[in-house]
Amino acid sequence: MLDAWPALPLFLGALLAAVTRGQLRATVMIAAPLLGAYGVFQLEPGTTTQFELLGYALTPVRVDSLSILFGYLFHLAALIGVVYALHVKDPLQDVAALAYAGSAVGAVFAGDLLTLFVYWELLAVTSAILVFARRTELALSAGMRYLVIQVGSGVLLLAGAILYAVNTGSLAFDHIGLDAPGGWLIFLAFGIKSAFPMLHGWLTDAYPEATPTGTVFLSAFTTKVAIYSLARGFAGTELLVYIGALMTCFPIFYAVIENDLRRVLAYSLINQLGFMVVGIGIGTELALNGAVAHAFNDVIFKGLLMMSMGAVLHVTGEMRGSELGGLYKKMPRTTILCMVGAASISAFPLFSGFVSKSMVVSAAIQEGHPIVWLMLLFASAGVFHHAGIKIPFFAFFAHESKHVANAHEPPTNMLIAMTMAAVLCIGVGSFPGLLYGLLPYDTGYSPYDVSHVLAQLQLLAFSALAFTWLKLAHIYPPELKSVNLDAEWLYRRVLPEAVRRLLAKLAPFDRALRQLGKSMVQRALLGLARHHGEYGVLAQTWPTGSMVTWVAALLGLSLLLYYL
Amino acid sequence: MSADEKKYLFDNPRNVRRVVRGLLIACVVLVGLDLVLHRHVAHPWEGVFGFYAFYGFVACVLLVLLAKEMRKVVMRDEDYYQRNDGQDGAGDRAGQEEDGHA
Repeated sequence: MLDAWPALPLFLGALLAAVTRGQLRATVMIAAPLLGAYGVFQLEPGTTTQFELLGYALTPVRVDSLSILFGYLFHLAALIGVVYALHVKDPLQDVAALAYAGSAVGAVFAGDLLTLFVYWELLAVTSAILVFARRTELALSAGMRYLVIQVGSGVLLLAGAILYAVNTGSLAFDHIGLDAPGGWLIFLAFGIKSAFPMLHGWLTDAYPEATPTGTVFLSAFTTKVAIYSLARGFAGTELLVYIGALMTCFPIFYAVIENDLRRVLAYSLINQLGFMVVGIGIGTELALNGAVAHAFNDVIFKGLLMMSMGAVLHVTGEMRGSELGGLYKKMPRTTILCMVGAASISAFPLFSGFVSKSMVVSAAIQEGHPIVWLMLLFASAGVFHHAGIKIPFFAFFAHESKHVANAHEPPTNMLIAMTMAAVLCIGVGSFPGLLYGLLPYDTGYSPYDVSHVLAQLQLLAFSALAFTWLKLAHIYPPELKSVNLDAEWLYRRVLPEAVRRLLAKLAPFDRALRQLGKSMVQRALLGLARHHGEYGVLAQTWPTGSMVTWVAALLGLSLLLYYL
Repeated sequence: MSADEKKYLFDNPRNVRRVVRGLLIACVVLVGLDLVLHRHVAHPWEGVFGFYAFYGFVACVLLVLLAKEMRKVVMRDEDYYQRNDGQDGAGDRAGQEEDGHA
C-alpha cells in the first residue's frame, strides 16, 4: 500500500488533521511523517508504478536512490516542522503543512512530467495557505503575488511537458536538457521555483510574511523540489554553473543591508540554492553528490535558523534587527541553538554545511571553473558574515532592546524541534558517512583533510575578523527601519506605476475624444431644435395665403419663361 | 528595566574584549599554521601564503562597503509599498495595518 503511493500517509494525515482536535490531532500530525518515513524505508530502488492514459505511459511512483534521499529528507523536515508547530491551535495551518509536505514527497517520486505538474501546483496552493494563515493585510497581498507566480511556474511546466510529449512521444521525467522540445519552458518553470536571479522575487517577498511556523515549512520544500527536478532533468547544463554562481553572490549584498531577519534568511536561502545549482550545472558525480547533500543539509540548518527566528518572533512579536538585541539574556537556549544553525550554514568543520558545500567548491576547481570557484569562496565568506554572524548578533546580542525585559524561552515543543535539528547538524557534520551513504554516487570523497579544514577555518576566522573590525570602527551599516528594492519592485511598483502613467498619458486624448463626441451630439441636438423646435423654420404652420402667393409666383415665372 | 540586578555575560566590557582578543589569537595561529602545514593546491593562487585568510577578510570588507553603497540606490522607507498599494486603489491598507503578532 505504502509503496504504491509514498505520499499517502502525509495526505491522509492532512485529512485527519482537518477533522480532529487537541491531543488527537497532535498525535495524527506526528504519526503521519513517521509512518511516511517508514514507507520510504520499505521502498525498493528500481520499482515503478505505471498505467496508461490517452496513449501515454504515466509513472506516478518511480523509486531510485535520488528520490529515496529526498523522500527521507522531506519526512524528516515535516516531522521537525510539526513538532515545532505543536503549540499552534490553527487547523488550517496543520492541514496545509501536511498536505504541502505530501505534495513535496509526491513530486520527488513522480516518474512523469504530468504527475510532476499535478504535485507542482499542489505545492503552490498548499504553501500559499501558510502565507495567508498569518492573516494580516501584508501577508494577504504577498500571498496573492506568491500564488500567481507559483501557479505561473506550473503553467510553464505544463506547456513544456505538452511540447515534450508531442515531439518525443513520452512523458517520462528523466534527463531533459535544454535542446529537447519544450526544454526551455520546463527549465524556466524549474528556474522560478529554484529562485533564479530576477525570478526570485516571490521568495524574499512572501516567506518573511508567513506565520512563524509556516516559514519553517516553506523554507524546506518548494525550493528543494525544484533543486531535485533540476538535478533530474538538467544535470550537466553548463548555463546552470553561471546562474548558480550569480545566485550565491548577489543575495548576500541584500542580506547585509536587510532589516527583517527572516528576510535575511530568505536571501541566504537563495545563496545556498546557488551552491546546489552550481553543483548540478557541473554535473560530475562529486558535484551532483555535493548538490544533493547540500540540499539535505540546507533543509535542516536553514530550518533551524528559521525556527530560532520564529521563536524570537513568537516571543517578542518583532523581527526587525533594528528593534531586537540582547535576547541572549532571556533566551539562552534559543541563542545556542541558533548559533549551531549559524555554524552549520557557515560550513564550520564538524557542522553539516562543511561536508556538503566543500564537495561543490572542490568540484568547481577540479572541473576548471576558477572564476566560479572564486565567486563561491566569496559567497562562503559572505554567508558566514550575514547568516552566521549577523543573524545571531542582531537578534541575541548587539544592543539591549526593549524586548529583553519581557522575553522568555519559547514553548518546549519549539525547543525540542530546534534541538532535533541541531543534533542532526552536528551529527551529519561530525559523521558525514551517515549522509554520504544515502547519496546517489559513491565517490570516496572525504571532507576532513588538513587542506580543507585549515583553508575553511582561515576563511571563516578572517571573515569574523572583518566583521569585528568594521563593527568596532563603526563602518558597519547600522540596521535601519527600511525596505530594499529588489526584483519584486518590478511588479509591485514599476508595472502598476507604468500602467497608471500610461493611463494618465492617454487620459487627455480620451477626454478630447469623448468631448468631441459629446459636442457633436450637442450640436446635432441644437440643429434639430433650431429647425424643428418650437420656433424652428420647419416646425411652423404655413398659412394657405402664402402658399397661393408662391404658386402664383411660380406660375407667373413659368409663363414668363414660356414667352421668352 | 534596571530593577533586574542580574549581571549577564556581556554586560561586562572585559568579556567583550576577551572575545575579540580570542578571535585575534585564533587568526594569528591559523595563518601561522600555513607555514607549518602543507595544504594541497588545486589552483596556483591557493598556494600563496595566507591566501584564504586574505581572501576572506577582503571579501567581507568589500561586501559590506559595496552593500553600504547599494543602500543609496535601493533603500526606501519601511512603508514604501503600503503607501503605493493605497495609491493604486488596491484598498486602503495604510490605515488598518496590523503588526503581525503571532
